[in-house]
Amino acid sequence: MTMPIYASPEQFMRDRSEYARKGIARGRSVVVTTFSGGVLFVAENHSPTLHKVSEIYDRIGFAGVGRYNEFENLRTAGIRLADVRGFSYDRRDVTGRWLANAYAQTVGSIFSEHQKPFEVELCVAEVSGTGAGGVGAPVGADQLYRISFDGSIADERKFVVMGGATEPVISALTASFTLGWDLPTALGAAVSALGTAGEGAPRELLPTQLEVAVLDRTVAGRTFRRIQGATLSALLAVPNTPTVEEAEAAAAGVVPNPDAETPDSPVE
Amino acid sequence: MTGDTPANSWPVSAVPAAYMRPGNASFTEFLREAEPHLLPGHGAGSAAATNLPHATTIVALTCADGVVMAGDRRATMGNIIAQRDIEKVFIADSHSAIGIAGTAGFAVEMVRMFQLELEHYEKIEGVRLSLDGKANRLAAMIRGNLGMAMQGLAVVPLFAGLEDAAAFGADPAAAPGPGRIFSYDIAGGRYEEHDYYAVGSGSMFARSALKKRYEPSADLASTVRAAVEALYDAADDDSATGGPDLTRRIFPVVVAVTAAGAVRWTNEEVGAVSEAVVAGRLLKPGG
Repeated sequence: MTMPIYASPEQFMRDRSEYARKGIARGRSVVVTTFSGGVLFVAENHSPTLHKVSEIYDRIGFAGVGRYNEFENLRTAGIRLADVRGFSYDRRDVTGRWLANAYAQTVGSIFSEHQKPFEVELCVAEVSGTGAGGVGAPVGADQLYRISFDGSIADERKFVVMGGATEPVISALTASFTLGWDLPTALGAAVSALGTAGEGAPRELLPTQLEVAVLDRTVAGRTFRRIQGATLSALLAVPNTPTVEEAEAAAAGVVPNPDAETPDSPVE
Repeated sequence: MTGDTPANSWPVSAVPAAYMRPGNASFTEFLREAEPHLLPGHGAGSAAATNLPHATTIVALTCADGVVMAGDRRATMGNIIAQRDIEKVFIADSHSAIGIAGTAGFAVEMVRMFQLELEHYEKIEGVRLSLDGKANRLAAMIRGNLGMAMQGLAVVPLFAGLEDAAAFGADPAAAPGPGRIFSYDIAGGRYEEHDYYAVGSGSMFARSALKKRYEPSADLASTVRAAVEALYDAADDDSATGGPDLTRRIFPVVVAVTAAGAVRWTNEEVGAVSEAVVAGRLLKPGG
């Protein structure tokens, strides 16, 4: 009879964390932030069909990074959970906090009990406002929950950055974030923040490399909208009315957005 | 570490294992597997319940812009009017509408289920179902209700809509073509109807009225007028169908599906049409 090699619980958990963290850091980043009209999701995603951002319910959106099959599995489970709850109670009884808790419990128990932890990080966002006429709803009441691979859950006030190399993106967004900014400003800042990470940073991301969606607080019912194609290009063009210098800078691959730019880019 | 299997140490508030299982994008089929007690009609007694509210006449007709569906507002229980302002026509999703005749309790539940079925598919798959796909899903749901139908709890829906051109990569500026109408029998048989159709107790009279009034190239306003006229004729000859109630301001529910989407007309808009219909009948009762 062979004896299993002893590993202390600390070592065991550390190994698993390391494994999951490495898997998540390999991908590209996702930014979730609030703006005056709702919640904005911006993901660097080169595939137009394998989504990282999705609708869950009327006022709840989802973003996932890491291993696609694992967060896709969680996304589907979330939609089922929300639809079953909305069907057996009422649509208003489906809340972001409840869903984030269910996710945290699930991912947490998979982390400690399964052979292999999930290499995922999730964000569950719930937009505030009462639907039609909720235009004046407080921006600060939006909820952003970030759920990590080990089931830990954090309630973020301003923005969530997950996946890939997050540090440069976080520092860029910390510098540019203002409460209640409008959509073009928030989108421009998020895109240039995403461009501060990755090879050859700072990069300029093209609309085709982005997956953008919003939860629109001004509408009733289902609030999730994807922003793509011409709409996205137009929105990206708004914040910086391109002068000749800026257009040249853009052609040279420099992010032409001075107000959203950190003074020195942390990643070369 | 411990010998615990994930199954018996699974936290209560976590997502149940059935929810994590890969499956298809049908909400009904998911419920049947994971939460069968939530299915409509679960636990219904075997005795035929005859004294339940019944919903009555629904009409649908196509026009140049799309398709219009309208339903009266009466629910009956034998010879009693159970409800004056029941709603039997609903927006199913952005480009389709559903109307129901039959046992009101099950019918309303089936509509909720069907709306959720379409939304669930759209959220899971990221695209909408084709119009034929939606019609077939509805047929499957009615087939699931066959046992109940045999006990006298039948639900007979009418489904109408337009193919959502943008969702299937077609040119959204292209002519949408007329809408399509699907009728069903209680066994889940699906039949595509052309031009116009009606279901429910007053359907025979409504269909006869539409036969004379239907105009394929009519615009939306005159199509809605034809639908309200047909419901008036149904109410004229069928005691279970309610006419426009001018005193209480209760008017038919009208949903118009065009390329721009499914829109429910407001009570004021339908009220204006209904008043015009009633005014016309004051001069010529036969329409």
